[in-house]
Amino acid sequence: MDAEYVERAVRRIGHEIVERHAGADDVVLVGIHTRGVPLARRIAAAITSIEGTAVPVGELDIGLYRDDLSTRPTPRLARTHVPTDLAGRTAILVDDVLFTGRTIRAALDAVSDLGRPDRIELAVLVDRGHRQLPIRPDYVGKNLPTAPNQRVSVRVDAVDGEAGVWIEDE
Amino acid sequence: MKHLLSIDDVDADEIRSLLDLAEGFVEVLGRDVPKVPTLRGRTIALLFYENSTRTRLSFDRAAKALSADVLTFTTGGSSVSKGESLKDTALTLQAMGPDLMVVRHGAAGAPWRVAEWTGLPVVNAGDGAHQHPTQALLDVLTVRRHFGNVAGIRAAIVGDIRHSRVARSTAGALVALGASVTLVAPRTLLPVDLSGWGVSTADSLDEVLEDLDVVYLLRIQQERGGGDVFPSIAEYVGRFGLTRARAARLRPDAVVMHPGPMNRGVEIDPAVADGSRALVTQQVANGIAVRMAVLFRLLAGRVAP
Repeated sequence: MDAEYVERAVRRIGHEIVERHAGADDVVLVGIHTRGVPLARRIAAAITSIEGTAVPVGELDIGLYRDDLSTRPTPRLARTHVPTDLAGRTAILVDDVLFTGRTIRAALDAVSDLGRPDRIELAVLVDRGHRQLPIRPDYVGKNLPTAPNQRVSVRVDAVDGEAGVWIEDE
Repeated sequence: MKHLLSIDDVDADEIRSLLDLAEGFVEVLGRDVPKVPTLRGRTIALLFYENSTRTRLSFDRAAKALSADVLTFTTGGSSVSKGESLKDTALTLQAMGPDLMVVRHGAAGAPWRVAEWTGLPVVNAGDGAHQHPTQALLDVLTVRRHFGNVAGIRAAIVGDIRHSRVARSTAGALVALGASVTLVAPRTLLPVDLSGWGVSTADSLDEVLEDLDVVYLLRIQQERGGGDVFPSIAEYVGRFGLTRARAARLRPDAVVMHPGPMNRGVEIDPAVADGSRALVTQQVANGIAVRMAVLFRLLAGRVAP
């Protein structure tokens, strides 16, 4: 998946969001740190170019909501901020890779503490399978079959200076 | 980091990283639901041998905002009045299964002993006239949030330095982060030996008043003998009190801090305490965030027993 493919996937997700919501007036995109945040900004820009409306973009650090704090080193906290009241809106969580579903489980708790959106949906650039929780995405850039021991690495311009998706064997 | 016993054990990078973490908790405390599930299932024991309302409440609030459970032991009406030793009390509390102990005691060094006896992570919440590291962290967080940085800030700590664990701790943290600190006190209330502090001293507030960004006032601690070493309160106020007239001579952007409880009319004039320069309530609010950061740093990443 090269940079162009990522760009097309982002635009398609933008179109799907606009189609499902008949516009984007009540939509808030909430990026999950680290790479979900620039992806959310790009999806928002795609929606703006399609619809002409600006979409609020929030950012979410789920470090305080993880269920594996005892086995991972102490994380740093990134900024958590949603620029608008979530009540009455659809919050679309945005992340780079959907794998076990545990990050999204944590993000659902985190976003619920920030407000009560009418709906919560999920957009991911890559769904690599191997879910451990009953979670499914609403918008997918690409389904990527992987083995559990492979690494899927998504790079985005704003964080990594390049864009694309790579699969690496451990 | 296994314990937080003295601010001197925490290097400047670690202080900065705790402050960064605390900024995240300031955001959490400002939410509609100011609580996160991070330490769910963990228990924090508060072992308080000295009267303390604000520090104990602050740790309690911090632990609960992280969803930890709290066991509180205070000396009023407890087994201490029946003669139980600190060691026996600490071991009894340990047997109830806490993951961390917060200790305040009138004797310098007591939290170190509790750490040895119990093997648990220990946070020093004030030991005698020695150390109060979370106070130091909340003070530098308050300075950093107000001015944007600590390096280059000119601060004076005024009052009973000798009997003050707050002065020892807060001066250490300010100096570690690059602030310049002047201790302002009657000679009788300065420590005998200031080598290693990295601070200067002044004999009256008027000497330094106009150069300061931060005036940090301490309470005269009658209970630690601090009331017996100068002739009268009036004389103390005359040279060291932040009166309205002195406050008017401060730089326009200078701020006033105090660890509380304040003696209004002694070290601080009531109008100054209530004025726009005073960051006292911000200090209290930041104290919760800093204590959350400390509890998080000591307990997240540890395997629950």
